[in-house]
Amino acid sequence: MRLLFLLLWRNNFTLLFVVLQSFCIYLLVQNNKFQHASVLNATNAGVTEVMEGVSYVKEYIHLRDNNQLLATENAALRNTLNTSMYISDTNKVDVNDSIGKQQYTYVTAKVINNSVSMRNNYLTLNKGSLDGIHPEMGVICGSGVVGIVQQVSDHYCTVMSLLHTKSRVSAMIKRNGFFGSLTWNGEDPHEAILSEIDKTVPVQKRDTVVTTEYSSIFPAGVMIGLVKEDKLNPGSNFHAITIGLSTKFNNLSYVYIIENLLKNEQRNLESTTVQSNEQ
Amino acid sequence: MIIEILNIVLRFVLLIAIQVLVLNNVQLGGIINPFLYVMFLLTLPIQLPRLLLLGIAFVTGLTVDLFQNTMGMHASACLLIAYMRPSWLKMIAPRDGYEADASPGIRKFGIRWFIVYCSVMLLIHHILLFNIEMFRFSEFFNTLTRAILSSLVTLVLIVISQYLTSKPTDRNLS
Repeated sequence: MRLLFLLLWRNNFTLLFVVLQSFCIYLLVQNNKFQHASVLNATNAGVTEVMEGVSYVKEYIHLRDNNQLLATENAALRNTLNTSMYISDTNKVDVNDSIGKQQYTYVTAKVINNSVSMRNNYLTLNKGSLDGIHPEMGVICGSGVVGIVQQVSDHYCTVMSLLHTKSRVSAMIKRNGFFGSLTWNGEDPHEAILSEIDKTVPVQKRDTVVTTEYSSIFPAGVMIGLVKEDKLNPGSNFHAITIGLSTKFNNLSYVYIIENLLKNEQRNLESTTVQSNEQ
Repeated sequence: MIIEILNIVLRFVLLIAIQVLVLNNVQLGGIINPFLYVMFLLTLPIQLPRLLLLGIAFVTGLTVDLFQNTMGMHASACLLIAYMRPSWLKMIAPRDGYEADASPGIRKFGIRWFIVYCSVMLLIHHILLFNIEMFRFSEFFNTLTRAILSSLVTLVLIVISQYLTSKPTDRNLS
């Protein structure tokens, strides 16, 4: 026994190395399992504070771009207002509209941490459970889809970016309504891949690709991008479509978190339907 | 001695700050991320106790990890180069050995020695780091190119900052 201790003591350098390295591996595995849950623990309060400072400076740098973005978005929103419609019906009567029921609500949030260069990218936003945010809410920005909320703490939430190898978003070609699923190839932050679209469906370059309502996370029709390249591989029944993403992940600073007020209703109905058929 | 320690602490804070606040936001061509903070580990005094070196490397890596949301990745890569540094220094030692209080530096040992010393350490660090991040061997060569290009950029940054920060008189004195 003494000899063993002596041996260990003589190799204390290697021993410490092995111990610390295994701790690192433990951390790595731990974090993969819990999908960055530890990002949001108390020891990280200081870190988020620094990140907030960094984003404050970045925000200033991108002020001009963001103003432009907001202005275009305002214009687009103004276009949809009732007041900007030409009303041809002269006998207009005001009615209390009971047909429309609010389904989606939007919360603005600031991006305080973001990455695009890794294989699995995450964003941190400055809204949390106290602002009514919970996991699996959709996140978009003025120009397109950003990702899906994953973890929530009191004041912050992390978002699995579209630029994540595990992200899957249901998407359709706006022109003809055929839908497939959108994934990221893990390399270029400006491109994504649309798969599961049948070969018989005509696809053109520069077709608009938007979200569908099937996932109950995003409202239908949120811009994703334009078709950049379309390959038809012999032997496959599906298109291999490359999409140029409309969201500029490099300089995101303000985003919208979407809550679908009818999501639970839809999910419950769907799951009970499946269950009742299985019995 | 105390001034020396203060100097090291100051360098730690400065390099981590540059890494976290500036370089983490830099992606050249979408694939190159320079990791200048490694310079802190490379320029620690040569006679530093080896256990202390490991400890410092671990803390340094973990601090960068905290800001990058990549728990354990940088720490692991830093530990490996800290483990290999003493033997590597012994291997490339000048004929008459090192002075008692010397730290690796470009003015003291010359640019050729310094580049040989740094490039191997940086390559080891970057290759391990990028491979842990990818976590798959199917894209090994893709990852390797990224690692090599990034270490090149880091090396250039380190050489530039060495020339900017060390006094030109150092070499004449030694």
